Amino acid sequence: MGIKWDEFFITGDPLILGSQIAIVLTMLGIVAGLTYLKRWKWLWREWLTTVDHKRIGIMYIISAVLMFFRGGMDGLLMKAQTSRPEMEFLTAQHYNEIFTTHGVIMILFMAMPFLIGLMNVVIPLQIGARDVAFPQLNALSFWLFFSGAMLFNVSFVIGGSPDAGWTSYFPLAGKEFSPGIGNNYYAVALQIAGIGTLLSGINFVVTILKMRTKGMTLMRMPMFSWTTLVTSIIIVAAFPIFTVALGLMTFDRLYGTHFFTLSGGGLDMLWANLFWLWGHPEVYIVALPAFGIFSEVIATFSRKSLFGYKSMVVSIVGIALLSMLVWVHHFYTMGAGAAVNSVFSITTMLIAVPTGVKMFNWLFTMRHGRIRTTTAMLWALAFVPCFVIGGVTGVMLAMGAADYQYHNTLFLVAHFHYVLIPGVVFAVFAGLYYWWPKMFGFLLNERLGKWHFWLFVIGFNVTFMPMFFLGLKGAVRRSYTFSVESGFSNLFLVSALGSVILAAGFAVFCYNIYWSLRHADRNITGDPWHARTLEWATASPVQPYNFAKLPVVDKLDAFWHMKKSDSPELTLQQTEIEEIHMPNNSGLPFVMGIIFGIAGFLLVFEWHLAAAVAAIGIFACLIVRSFDYNDGYHIHKAEVEQTEQAWRLREGEVNRYVG
Amino acid sequence: MSRFPIGHVLGFLFSLLLTFAAAGIALKTSLSFKTIMWIIGGLAVVQAGLQLTMFMHVNEGEDRHSQWINILYGVFLAVIIVAGSIWVMSFGGTHSH
Ligand code: HEM
Ligand SMILES: [Cu+2]
Repeated sequence: MGIKWDEFFITGDPLILGSQIAIVLTMLGIVAGLTYLKRWKWLWREWLTTVDHKRIGIMYIISAVLMFFRGGMDGLLMKAQTSRPEMEFLTAQHYNEIFTTHGVIMILFMAMPFLIGLMNVVIPLQIGARDVAFPQLNALSFWLFFSGAMLFNVSFVIGGSPDAGWTSYFPLAGKEFSPGIGNNYYAVALQIAGIGTLLSGINFVVTILKMRTKGMTLMRMPMFSWTTLVTSIIIVAAFPIFTVALGLMTFDRLYGTHFFTLSGGGLDMLWANLFWLWGHPEVYIVALPAFGIFSEVIATFSRKSLFGYKSMVVSIVGIALLSMLVWVHHFYTMGAGAAVNSVFSITTMLIAVPTGVKMFNWLFTMRHGRIRTTTAMLWALAFVPCFVIGGVTGVMLAMGAADYQYHNTLFLVAHFHYVLIPGVVFAVFAGLYYWWPKMFGFLLNERLGKWHFWLFVIGFNVTFMPMFFLGLKGAVRRSYTFSVESGFSNLFLVSALGSVILAAGFAVFCYNIYWSLRHADRNITGDPWHARTLEWATASPVQPYNFAKLPVVDKLDAFWHMKKSDSPELTLQQTEIEEIHMPNNSGLPFVMGIIFGIAGFLLVFEWHLAAAVAAIGIFACLIVRSFDYNDGYHIHKAEVEQTEQAWRLREGEVNRYVG
Repeated sequence: MSRFPIGHVLGFLFSLLLTFAAAGIALKTSLSFKTIMWIIGGLAVVQAGLQLTMFMHVNEGEDRHSQWINILYGVFLAVIIVAGSIWVMSFGGTHSH
């Protein structure tokens, strides 16, 4: 065991002490609030045990926003530390921990759940289905993700954070050079969350292939559904690689094997190889759904159907195949030789082709469109130039020979933030403003939305543009400080100031949620944006069963054409109302999430016996589940009729949503 | 009306043939270890294809296209991951660890 109890809680750092106190107070506040408002039962019944895809989606999104806050704080701390030369705000060790948790949290616990959350809310609606294929599995996905994320997050107050970078390269991440338990958190927490993601991938592949409504052929699917399908396929292909790599890492760290160690015949760079075999596809796993969101938003607010639908589909599938063929571009400097590096340079540059096709399709969709510059559309408009900067610098990095110069500098850090922030963060913001009324039945305030947009976009560019130049001048990444003589001071200062503007944008976003929750107009129709796809053909917020009668589709942009032709699909006759079968809630996924969390925590501390005992609970849950013969309940006709009348008769109007 | 299951019988005979061929090459020839591995590996792939088409209904039902797409995609991934990793980690075949 050998755990020193005085090292269990991290002590002696005022920043961490502050956060520990804040965490305890927040938890007490939540418990007290729930008890005072008598909301425990409600929480359990309506949320913790729900299998409704829309609620699961909302829980994903709430977690993602919280994780964005945590990851963003990390970012700000790093920017504060490097704002002046020789700053003594963070120590080198602390800086290492922070860039590690920042990277992991932003990609795996912010970007992924945000997108999976939006998929959960939107996909069944968009394909005209009543839920995903496996609702209870879907809840399990969420709780495993949540459990992994929480386990990873407690590392900074209990036991110490991982500090070997989000890539956790060996030999540094091995026991020899990182003897503490910090890196165990990385191996175990990501494993748990990864299982959840893999299950989501399977769930969405089956949902989209098997549950589309009548008439919706693959080539009539909205673009977000297409990108979700392809993303899910990449998840199923790539995540098992990470599962295996993390498993081997766990064995190396906990049980003394030598897969990646320097001694005993291990091959340290094999970790890098496996990590990026998963890691590069992972980048497309977060980018493709984002492209789907932009496609929906641009088509809706240009009031045209998407230009080049077929070429869009072909390029998404092309990107999916190519994404498995480029992983070595992350470690050209391993020096695998001219042949290997040239092959991967070429495959990497090839990806620019389908991506370029998509760019032109979006631009041509806007051409001659009657564009409405709503907040959602603004994010899409800003995405185009910002992402092009990220993409073009990506082609620079793609050249193996040139990469020896850029590798490990802030040029790379600037590049991937220019890809990930416009490509993912702008997209989830666009998606959130766009689909918010579907989730909650009111719009986010557009004026505050524009403040949010401008502060965030300007702050983003001011933060990361200087980093390109710092990198070209030789500033290395993951370095906690620099000297006055380096001449980097001014650019670093500008970049730090940019991050303050960025943070202000995020603050406006939070305030916007608060303001809209309190004051926004609840009297809106199911279709406040005059949109084109099926999710808008039903109420806002969506009733539990999604559609009283499943829509029948005969074209792309089906809902748009239904509205144009006053189709009978849009009205509901008394005779068409029927009983609707629904799945039951279940506490099992939540309980499994908790058990996974406990077992994981014990494993992190290398208390093997206790971990094994806790893991029995996981099998117990599996057994309970396999004897579960409860197959749901029915919503009666009268109730359906009442619900449908309530929203169909309302003369909704989008008023008061501006300021 | 029951048709004589000619496909199944042929499949069975071919499977036997391939299995005995593999056993014969492994046990009764004095080829080098490497050659033997390549030959019996090749026969195994042929055998797998045979079994899939003759016995495992891969060409039947409404899912037959997606089944083939799935199999080909799986093979693509396996080749990329395994062969790709070996190629890269042996530095393009120039370096052996
Ligand atoms: C919101 C504002 C953000 C700020 C201020 C910020 C800032 C930073 C900084 C200062 C670094 C470390 C640079 C160094 O190597 O010293 C960094 C690294 C990183 N960031 Fe961000 N970032 C932000 C958002 C994001 C987002 C949205 C993502 C992903 C979706 C992301 C992913 C990463 C990754 C993967 C690393 C590399 C971590 C490592 O070196 O292991 N960041 N970021
Ligand atoms: Cu990559």
